[in-house]
Amino acid sequence: MSEPVSPLMNARYEGLVTIEEIGPMGMITLRGDLAATDLRRAATAPTGVEMPQMREASTADGKGILWMSPDEVLVLCAYADVPGTVQSMTDALVGTHALVANVSDARAVFRLTGANVREVLAKLSPADLSPEGLPLGEVKRTRMAQVPAAFWLESEEEATVICFRSVADYVMGLLKTAAHPASAVGFF
Amino acid sequence: MSTRLATSGRLIDRSKQVAFTFNGKRFTGHAGDTLASALLANDQMLMGRSFKYHRPRGVVASGAEEPNALVNLGEGVTHEPNARATTTELFEGLKATSQNHWPSLEFDVGAINQKFARFLPAGFYYKMFIHPRPFWKHIYEPFIRHSAGLGKAPDAETRDPDTYEHFYAHVDVLVVGGGVAGLQAALTAGQSGLKVLLIEQTAFWGGRTPVDGGEIDGKSAEDWITEAVAALEVMPNVTLRTRCMGSGVYDHGYVLGYERLTDHAPEADGPRHRLWRIRTKQVVTATGAIERPLSFSGNDIPGVMLASAVRDYVVDYGVSIGDRTVVVTNNDDAYRTALTLKKAGLSVPAILDVRVHVHAPPLVAEAKAAGIRVLEGMGIAKVVGGQRVKGVAVCSQAGEGAMVEEIACDCVAMSGGWSPVVHLWSHCGGKLLWDEEHAFFRPDASRAPTGADGLPFVTTAGTANGHLHLNDALQDAHSAGKIALERAGGKAEAGAVVPQAQGPDEAAMTPVWLMPQGAGYELKMKAWLDYQNDVKVSDVQLAAREGYESVEHTKRYTTLGMATDQGKLSNINGLATLSNALGEAIPQVGTTTFRPPYTPISMGAIAGEARGEIFQPIRKTPIHAWHEKNGAAFEPVGHWRRPYCFPKDGESKHDAVMREVKNTRESLGLLDASTLGKIIVKGPDAGRFLDMMYTNMMSTLKPGKCRYGLMCSENGFLMDDGVVARIDEDTFLCHTTTGGAEHIHGHMEDWLQCEWWDWKVYTANVTEEYAQIAVVGPHARDLLEALGGMDVSKDALAFMEWKDGELAGIPARAYRISFSGELSYEIAVPASFGQAFWDLCMQVGAQWNITPYGTECLHIMRAEKGFIMIGDETDGTVIPQDLGLNWAISKKKEDFLGKRAQERSHMTDPTRWKLVGLLTEDKSVLPDGAYAIKDGRNANNQRNTQGRVTSTYHSPMLERGIAMGLVLDGPERMGEIIHFMKDDGETLVAAKIVSPVFYDPEGEKQNV
Repeated sequence: MSEPVSPLMNARYEGLVTIEEIGPMGMITLRGDLAATDLRRAATAPTGVEMPQMREASTADGKGILWMSPDEVLVLCAYADVPGTVQSMTDALVGTHALVANVSDARAVFRLTGANVREVLAKLSPADLSPEGLPLGEVKRTRMAQVPAAFWLESEEEATVICFRSVADYVMGLLKTAAHPASAVGFF
Repeated sequence: MSTRLATSGRLIDRSKQVAFTFNGKRFTGHAGDTLASALLANDQMLMGRSFKYHRPRGVVASGAEEPNALVNLGEGVTHEPNARATTTELFEGLKATSQNHWPSLEFDVGAINQKFARFLPAGFYYKMFIHPRPFWKHIYEPFIRHSAGLGKAPDAETRDPDTYEHFYAHVDVLVVGGGVAGLQAALTAGQSGLKVLLIEQTAFWGGRTPVDGGEIDGKSAEDWITEAVAALEVMPNVTLRTRCMGSGVYDHGYVLGYERLTDHAPEADGPRHRLWRIRTKQVVTATGAIERPLSFSGNDIPGVMLASAVRDYVVDYGVSIGDRTVVVTNNDDAYRTALTLKKAGLSVPAILDVRVHVHAPPLVAEAKAAGIRVLEGMGIAKVVGGQRVKGVAVCSQAGEGAMVEEIACDCVAMSGGWSPVVHLWSHCGGKLLWDEEHAFFRPDASRAPTGADGLPFVTTAGTANGHLHLNDALQDAHSAGKIALERAGGKAEAGAVVPQAQGPDEAAMTPVWLMPQGAGYELKMKAWLDYQNDVKVSDVQLAAREGYESVEHTKRYTTLGMATDQGKLSNINGLATLSNALGEAIPQVGTTTFRPPYTPISMGAIAGEARGEIFQPIRKTPIHAWHEKNGAAFEPVGHWRRPYCFPKDGESKHDAVMREVKNTRESLGLLDASTLGKIIVKGPDAGRFLDMMYTNMMSTLKPGKCRYGLMCSENGFLMDDGVVARIDEDTFLCHTTTGGAEHIHGHMEDWLQCEWWDWKVYTANVTEEYAQIAVVGPHARDLLEALGGMDVSKDALAFMEWKDGELAGIPARAYRISFSGELSYEIAVPASFGQAFWDLCMQVGAQWNITPYGTECLHIMRAEKGFIMIGDETDGTVIPQDLGLNWAISKKKEDFLGKRAQERSHMTDPTRWKLVGLLTEDKSVLPDGAYAIKDGRNANNQRNTQGRVTSTYHSPMLERGIAMGLVLDGPERMGEIIHFMKDDGETLVAAKIVSPVFYDPEGEKQNV
């Protein structure tokens, strides 16, 4: 069997920040009652992280759970582990009203590293990118220029951006433009 | 003549020469100069021609309010019209040209217009050119557009080489304006620890104060400013930006800032402008004030300038406008100009003060003590001179303009008082009050712009709040900063010490709206109110006589306050003139509306990053790159680009499409159908939910099976269609049209969240998870069998069934569905394997001449089979019944979206046009959208109609044109010939009404 191909084949750019298209990454949409014990167990058992609070990104060792809405989380895992994880989650939720859907291939994922990650994102997203507006470990569902996107910061110098696969090229173009070496703002 | 003085010029660096050109002539200025100061230093007083009369015009102001000195900057790709010379920072190699002159700035043919000024009064164009009607478009307008107008529009073929960007900033307090008031407000707000952003439109801090003088806390104003900036710079919660104008204040604390990053250094790398999109809890507008001109005859002759500008040029740039300056004023502030000039060693033959002083206020006394002749109760009857000021005729302000004496001079410094800059306060609804004492409008703090909570979110500070005295302005700024920080949820620093300023007290000003007050028509028709639009006192008075009572109407009729400066100098004088003419008080007449931007901002800044490759997102399927490499001709479908066809070398698009249809029907075709919407609907109530969404019954569908469904809006109109597959008892996968995926997903969530919130259903849009590839044609099964891994035989996977499995080792879901009438499978594979699967199909399918095909081939094949297409057969007014789709409308269901609407009388009207096939008698292709005509004409004298074409193609299988259309009583008129009108409105094409299924009506080809 051939290998999975990420939309930009791990393209990379260095400017105000370093931009890398990473992936493929395992992503599973889980919708249901986030307070229910079996749903929490279905999400936490395969990832080994805590269930996130509102707007939280609960991540560790390449796995995680992102809070998406009051009835939706996104489970992160290695791409190769998706079929098994989907199966175990589905099994854990038998008899519970919930939805488990593999969306790993529907997305593009970018890693931004460097001192200016907040600034680069603040050129494209109307969200408050200040440390108070977006604390470490909080996930923001927002837009970047004309397309939907989500991102969170693992540290002051590292951010992960998720967008739809079909606009991966566009988002890479946006990020490259916003990270032009001579365009630092110096706001944060 | 205007020239560079030997000393002074606090903003220029005399050690650095900067070369530039104006109208091709070479000039030299200094670093720190504006284009205006550099031109003046070179005695280039004449900077442009006026809009209507082509009168010679020089600079009047020194900042953003400048109405006259507008120039074209740059050339070719960097050409930009209407740049203000007063705010254009000089740089090496700057190229400027003057505007609105022909053939040259010094000699202008259009200037003849002023000889006819008597015949070009307000409303002249409206009155003169209305008859005969057709003349306007073809004769008058082109002529007027040629002779009037400001800068040249950039060549449509040039592309701006610069880049622009946006930046979103969220702060607690935004202070607009970096004068002493803005600095003090920022200091007060900043000390609370809140996030403060201070923006200043010019390149330096302190506003007018360094020029106007005064002491703050015993220090010179300049020292205090330096210390204040330093104090702000060390506050981690405060951000300062110069060259960043507060452009507009909008609802919800949204403010636009316009930062000019490289206008002063065009060779620098990086974006040229940055648009700050600021969200703030509170705004402080410390935007200062603008001096008003006086309305006397000849007040537009180059050399007549605002008194404040005359001293700005001396103090800031070391430039004198003339050797002999007459100051004319109605207030004390203009005396500062006389004193500044005197100190610089220049001559001030007289100060004409319309007031009579019993006790001389400090500045007047200082001027007298300096030996300057002060003529009280006097004004200017008229300015002597043409392209330059030569002198002034002095008269009594109270009279009609009889000359008392003529004073020779080459500069007139005028001051009609000051107007606070209330624009940003007003943008979002802040109200004004008329201040009788100072004769200006200032913000009414009790009627501030309010936010979503009904509480004020804008505070105004300093001169912008009507406090002209330095110390008043400082105290006001502190209190504004405190109000703003408290409203933003902060706590003021306890015991904060407010700096105290010292400056001379000033006597009251006397409003002057016309000089002399009894000026006759001859004088008034040369007394300019609006320089940029050539509007005079006489024009506004004429408008009032003709019945224009509203200031907004007068603005449009006379053009007062229009164009690029939006009346920054002319507004108050104009409306005072209007109110006098109407016999009403100024506050009753009111102001015109202040709208953003404060001064024009670049289109590039508004567009931001959206240009070139990232102008608009283009959605790409996982196989897009292959399509590009293999010569696809693309067409837009929503934001996607889909291959229309794949022309081979030298092949026309038409030929390519014909080949694609034939090869697919005769052997094997391959279509990238990844763009089709795919929505998972899951839950115990999913079947019930889909029964409401679709017109047909979905809940009875068995797992493993597929069903074609129609979706209607609640108004009954057909809005989407697609194949629904039941995955398991609780789960359905709904296919939508390419353009419908996001919209239908939203539509489902809308109903689930707002209406049926207690139904147990979850949805997920998984459109992009899968690459979906249609394998179509008699050899479709052969290809899948050759790929191997799944039993796709007729028995194992019958028509309208689906199955999960693997094909060539790739996880795949095979749907046996057909939109072409051929044996056909749609294979969904994870998007990350889409390209690999496509490559395998191409490779293995080569033995059957596999042909990738595009959307046009898809369309022809579906039309040959009489399948409808959302957007072709439907246009938002079509219901399924019109299309003969009654079979897909459940009669058993109690309800579905659109059911009740479809029962309304108009929907059940038997005369609704219905879908039929159409075959032209001459085998030609009918024009798309063509109407079938009927006898007679309607009330508008148009031909009556009885149908229209909805889809029309050349069928390569039938070797003739085929079409579908909606026709009156169509299905009952089989075999009848009707006539369609071609685009020329004359030629008729005869077509026979037939069944819309043109090809393989028995469906034998897919039933294998």
